[in-house]
Amino acid sequence: MGSLEVWSLIKQGWRRKPEQEDKVRRLISNLPYEDLRRKYQPNRQYANNSIKTTKYTVWSFIPMNLFEQFHRFANVYFVVIAMLNFVPIVNAFEPGVALIPICVILILTAIKDAWEDFRRYQADKQLNNMPCSIYSRKEKDFVSKCWKDVRVGDFVKVVCNEVIPADILLLHSSDPNGVCHIETANLDGETNLKQRQIVRGFAAPDGSFQPEYFSSIIYCEKPSNNLNRFKGYLDKPDKKKIGFGKENLLLRGCTVRNTDEAAGIVVYAGHETKAMLNNKGPRYKRSKLERKVNTDVLFCVALLFIMCLIGALGYFIWLETFPDIPPFVPPDSNNNYISPALSGFYMFFTMVILLQVLIPISLYVSIELIKVGQIFFITNDIDLYDEETDSRIQCRALNITEDLGQIKYIFSDKTGTLTENKMVFRRCSVMGIEYCHRENGDHCNGSASFMDFFLALAICNTVVVSTAMLPRQFRFPNFGGNPDKHNENIQCLNSQLRCRLQSLLKRMGSLSHIVNSFQSIPEKSSKSRSSLKDVKEEEAEDYSDSGSNNPSRRNSSASHHSEEERGTVSDPNGLCYEAESPDEAALVYAAKAYGFTLLARAPDRVTVRLPQGAVLSFEVLDTLAFDSTRKRMSVVVRHPITREVVIYTKGADSAIMELLDCHGRSNKRKKIASKTQRHLDLYASAGLRTLCIAKKVLSEQAYDDWASIRQEAESTIDNREELLMETAVHLETNLTLLGATGIEDRLQDDVPATIAALREAGIQVWVLTGDKNETAVNIAYSCRLFNQGDMVFTLNTDSRSILDCTLGEVRRYTAPSQSWSFQSIVGAVMPTESTGPTFGLVIEGRTLSMVFEAHLQMKLLELARHCRSVLCCRVTPLQKSAVVKLVRNKLKVMTLSIGDGANDVNMIQTADIGIGISGQEGMQAVMASDFAITHFKHLKKLLLVHGHWCYSRLAKMVIYFFYKNVMYVNLLFWYQFYCGFSGTAMIDYWLMIFFNLFFTSTPPIMFGIMDRDISAETLLGLPELYKTGQNSEFYKRATFWIVMLDAFYQSLVCFFIPYWTYQGSDIDIFTFGTPMNTVSLFTILLHLAIEIKSWTAIHWGFMVGSVLLYFIVALIFSAICINCNPPSNPYWIMENQMADPVFYLVCIITTVVALLPRYIIRVLQGTLALSPLVQARKLDRLSTEARDQQIKNWKSQRSPSEVPTNLVSPVDSFSNSFEQSFYNSSLEREMPDMQWDSNEETQNTFSKGHRRSISTMTV
Amino acid sequence: MKNQGTTNRPDNTAFDQQRLPAWQPVLSAGIVIPGFLLVGLAFIGIGVALFVTSRSIQVLENDYTGTGSSVHCSECVNPKTTPCTCQLNFSLSALFQGPVFLYYGLSNYFQNVRGYGSLRRPSSSCAPYQYDQNTTIAPCGSVANSMFNDTFTLYQLVNATRKTVPLDGKGIAWWTDYNIKFRNPPEVDGSLAAAFNGTVKPVNWPKPVYDLDPTNPANNGFLNQDFLVWMRTAALPDFWKLYRRITEGEYASGLPAGNYTLEIQYNYPVANFAGRKSVIFSNTSWMGGKNQFLGIAYLVTGSLCVVMSAVMLIVYAKFNSPDEDF
Repeated sequence: MGSLEVWSLIKQGWRRKPEQEDKVRRLISNLPYEDLRRKYQPNRQYANNSIKTTKYTVWSFIPMNLFEQFHRFANVYFVVIAMLNFVPIVNAFEPGVALIPICVILILTAIKDAWEDFRRYQADKQLNNMPCSIYSRKEKDFVSKCWKDVRVGDFVKVVCNEVIPADILLLHSSDPNGVCHIETANLDGETNLKQRQIVRGFAAPDGSFQPEYFSSIIYCEKPSNNLNRFKGYLDKPDKKKIGFGKENLLLRGCTVRNTDEAAGIVVYAGHETKAMLNNKGPRYKRSKLERKVNTDVLFCVALLFIMCLIGALGYFIWLETFPDIPPFVPPDSNNNYISPALSGFYMFFTMVILLQVLIPISLYVSIELIKVGQIFFITNDIDLYDEETDSRIQCRALNITEDLGQIKYIFSDKTGTLTENKMVFRRCSVMGIEYCHRENGDHCNGSASFMDFFLALAICNTVVVSTAMLPRQFRFPNFGGNPDKHNENIQCLNSQLRCRLQSLLKRMGSLSHIVNSFQSIPEKSSKSRSSLKDVKEEEAEDYSDSGSNNPSRRNSSASHHSEEERGTVSDPNGLCYEAESPDEAALVYAAKAYGFTLLARAPDRVTVRLPQGAVLSFEVLDTLAFDSTRKRMSVVVRHPITREVVIYTKGADSAIMELLDCHGRSNKRKKIASKTQRHLDLYASAGLRTLCIAKKVLSEQAYDDWASIRQEAESTIDNREELLMETAVHLETNLTLLGATGIEDRLQDDVPATIAALREAGIQVWVLTGDKNETAVNIAYSCRLFNQGDMVFTLNTDSRSILDCTLGEVRRYTAPSQSWSFQSIVGAVMPTESTGPTFGLVIEGRTLSMVFEAHLQMKLLELARHCRSVLCCRVTPLQKSAVVKLVRNKLKVMTLSIGDGANDVNMIQTADIGIGISGQEGMQAVMASDFAITHFKHLKKLLLVHGHWCYSRLAKMVIYFFYKNVMYVNLLFWYQFYCGFSGTAMIDYWLMIFFNLFFTSTPPIMFGIMDRDISAETLLGLPELYKTGQNSEFYKRATFWIVMLDAFYQSLVCFFIPYWTYQGSDIDIFTFGTPMNTVSLFTILLHLAIEIKSWTAIHWGFMVGSVLLYFIVALIFSAICINCNPPSNPYWIMENQMADPVFYLVCIITTVVALLPRYIIRVLQGTLALSPLVQARKLDRLSTEARDQQIKNWKSQRSPSEVPTNLVSPVDSFSNSFEQSFYNSSLEREMPDMQWDSNEETQNTFSKGHRRSISTMTV
Repeated sequence: MKNQGTTNRPDNTAFDQQRLPAWQPVLSAGIVIPGFLLVGLAFIGIGVALFVTSRSIQVLENDYTGTGSSVHCSECVNPKTTPCTCQLNFSLSALFQGPVFLYYGLSNYFQNVRGYGSLRRPSSSCAPYQYDQNTTIAPCGSVANSMFNDTFTLYQLVNATRKTVPLDGKGIAWWTDYNIKFRNPPEVDGSLAAAFNGTVKPVNWPKPVYDLDPTNPANNGFLNQDFLVWMRTAALPDFWKLYRRITEGEYASGLPAGNYTLEIQYNYPVANFAGRKSVIFSNTSWMGGKNQFLGIAYLVTGSLCVVMSAVMLIVYAKFNSPDEDF
């Protein structure tokens, strides 16, 4: 490149600066400017790759941290008070000393912030200094540099298993097909490989890459956090534009796999990369408890105001009582006396300073510390740890732990949350024949369709094949068998297919412990039986590997798991399939099980081995990717033998069925379609996920026409998505139905038990799913969301008026239930399970939007409140969050949303607590969540145990904190009546400050972190204990005032017993105050001791330590403080007091009298055991067996009908019901024209039992 | 970025899993009955001891304000009659057990007012009694300025002659006040007065600080016992302050029965704050001065505990579920 050219480019770069405001980012190669100063760099305005996630620098730490801390109201209050100390007229004691508490609090918080920031700094430093290869023009090669040196416009090379340093536009790959595989686990948690392609036209024929010759200008969009959106184009010097998209982008943080090396130009670096933009820090929410605390703090402020007012008035009146100026009323320093009214006014502020501790400022710091401790324990819970992913529970929101104990409504996603999102191929329907049905008999004449069907399964996907040779962490030791062995046994494709299908299904059935309907069918031809045995051996492996090769597969039971590990190892072909959606993988594995093995996939070629052993290689002409609007995907291939252009389409039945080529010749196709539809309905009602497979053969001409339009669409930059979609829709018409598949999404472990426990805990569980009605209802039954005996209302209508009446009508049915729900509010214990029928509500997304449009929300809620469960199907993400918002705002309850996918993000963010399941569908849900868990079942312990603990601990601690401050401050207040309301304290101010700061601060914090009122086992055994938290029983308005009363009582006792003891003696002020201080220390600590429910060594340590600390500090302080507080000072007073027996006598009696009422009430509560909590605590004292027995008795007492003896395994009932419904419906309905959704009228399906009898009520 | 090498598994320790062995007391009637009973009985015991001790302490208090109900020293109420000496006669029918302490009492005197003396910022603790016409006041401050200055002399009337009862003014202040906290300026040429050169007496004082006790040169300056006693801020507005002890000679074992006269130098005005002055003779026990309250409080609380234990017994009998075993 000549220097002239360089110069023009520099000018270009110079001129380009204002373009920053544009919507696009324009960048060019850095290489021509390599050694120029930064000023001349063309891409200098873009962020470089060094990242800084720290909030502060060494220099800015103090001002910035202070600034942030003063954003808190509490701290501002404290500082204002501290300032007030310096106003001379207020006559404060030692202003410097008054600063100590606020300084300690600020310093503590600052240390915490600094430590967190330092950890971030270290992480940043580590990242910034990771090595990478950047192309250097001088060296004519890639040189090793650090991540932080990467700039936009640099050419960077990454090798296999290396982490990508920035967002790179892929221009070169060592792969001959120009692809590069990346693993995005770091970014979104998905462990399957994603394929990325080099930008079109950059495939170098000789496989070398020469960045010097890159002279195009890149236009791409501005940095955004959307991982799935990226588009732009290259402006070549010859004015040709080449479009590119997200499939050409390597994302920072991902790992290169299966590709030796790849290179490209950096488009986004550092903070502008998608990974960093997605990485938002922890979120701050305010918990319900904290909101309550804030109102009570306001009550304290009011109390303080009243007390100060009394003080001011008292001072005024006191001054007025004297006939003359007494010698002890001090004039100001100029020997003037100010008027009593003005003195009274000043006294108000003096009082504010004296009594400031009434506002529990340190409460906020304490709460924060406690939450840190609570989160430590939650994240350290081994029961919430998942072995397989090696992940603990993540607490992303740091300050809402106690909300976990107050949840009333749970909104759950279905797929991936209740279910594993781990698909198992269960059934299929080919050409209108439900596969395992006996009547279907011989189907040899359908072979072509079968061929197509399975080819479609194998081809129509975006599954990536990785093999043993490629560097992936899987191990493939020798496998004894010959992979082709079984092929020799095959005479007829059809019979083999049949055998394989049977054995496969059987295998699946036994594997998942499902009594498959297959076994109950006595048919088996002798021929297939004979060949069954040896095939079965193979299939066993085939299947088990098909299940487990998916690396993200999880299983809870360890033994089960190890078994499946062996399955992985024994893969005969060394093939691994990595799919973007688990459905796809399931289908490919299924196809493979029938012999249609997907061998390789390249962008333009897909290779399949047929059962006969022949290998077909299809040229892939185009892939129309899946999107949620079309609900389908298609692959356009050229058949290697017939050279036909074939489109294979796979998608949701609703999406495919409409596109079928129905108007046409044969009645046969219609028949097949309706039969298939019937099968689909059956699958759905059995809880299977359905997909339709269709195909279309395209003429060469038609394809060419379409391809050119497509080409055009691809290279546009504006509204490209719409154009692409249009072209796709254009192509996917007049399809021929090949068949349908039913894939089972297994329930996660312990989901029914978890839901049952949650419900017992008084939590309403709603399921919001995008799935179709039948699938959702069946999952609801199998996870015991609905019970067999429940009445289930299904609301499904488009009409507003009908909906309105129906809601009213249906409510009549629930009317009897109203009475008992009223009872339960009144306080009868647990009538829900035992009395009357229970109700379930199923509502469709369409109906739901009608509810919102027609303002029928309250009616719906009214109805929903009487229902045991509500199931919303076919809802959009927005509707999900609308439902959550509705319940949250209208019912004023605490809500929790749990989900795993991007479609749950809205509802997760709307609810009071959002929980993400780090599952198969990426990390978006987790990113948005407050807590991230790995399994739904963890919710049980998280809520019932940790929720209860966190809530009860924090609530009790907060209450205690209020008590503590009021009690202590009141001592000073009572003294005001004996010192002329002059704001004197009878306790030395150092000891006063230390009292709150050191002597009594750690026990409540320890209490808030560690107290365990009821053991985890009992909490899990008796979920109804959770209700105490739901009803905020530990911290009600009344609780606050009761504890205030107690504080007043105790402070009166602590003041007046010493007062009367020392009244009329020659006692001096601090000698008088010392026993009060000591007594209040004992009272305050022993008050806590009454509240502490379990005493561990740590509890003892803190309590005894606090007392010791008090005495040690007081003794030392009294011994050294000769001139602290003249003229009367604390010197030697503690020592004197401790030598006086009366001191001890006063301490003992005062403490006893002060605590007697509370103690007696606690004893009576403990004896009468009215509250379930006390009963549960008694259970805790028993041995394990006795406790379990008691828990059983307890449960049977409470809900006699709910004895778990007749519990059928949900899976069994599931398969039985499938069977039953299958036969029932096939007998009952002949060719049903089943359009579930198109009914214009409302269906109120009262389903008793598992659709044993279906009656329809028409309104 | 995740650390692939190390496992993320939480430690399975009792602490991390919140399974530390714990004592989980359940408060219930059954367990507290003996506790209440024991505490109650112990309190009653202590109460009786305190009560009896307190009963044995003799206190003789005489108000000599001269106004209101008090008849003594009414002639001195008028502030113009200065100096004014008045007499207070009393008789003891029995021996007043020694050692006897003589206190003066002030009521409605708020020595604990903030700004008066205590809890005032040190820098300004003396204002406005720091300078008198630009000369430093010693001792400065309003407390010192308003020092109580009535004096008492006690006579026993033996056969119509007045016999002086020796009053011991040594060691009435706190040992720490006398030995550590307060210090006289170093004497100049063996003279304390010279040490206070350049200072003036407080406005209300008749005598300078180095001349407080003419009888005992060692009892002067800042180390004057009466001054030290006064400087120790009283906790409550009605307070006593120790004036003298009667420990010497024949009175060491107490004041024998007989008639006594207390001669009072009535100097200190109390009218401007509606206060009262009194003089108190008292003896002490191991628990200090006379105090009925503590004994009664113990007795009442003790009885309450015993009653509670009875109540708890009833509750226990009525509500105890059979499956509880303690």
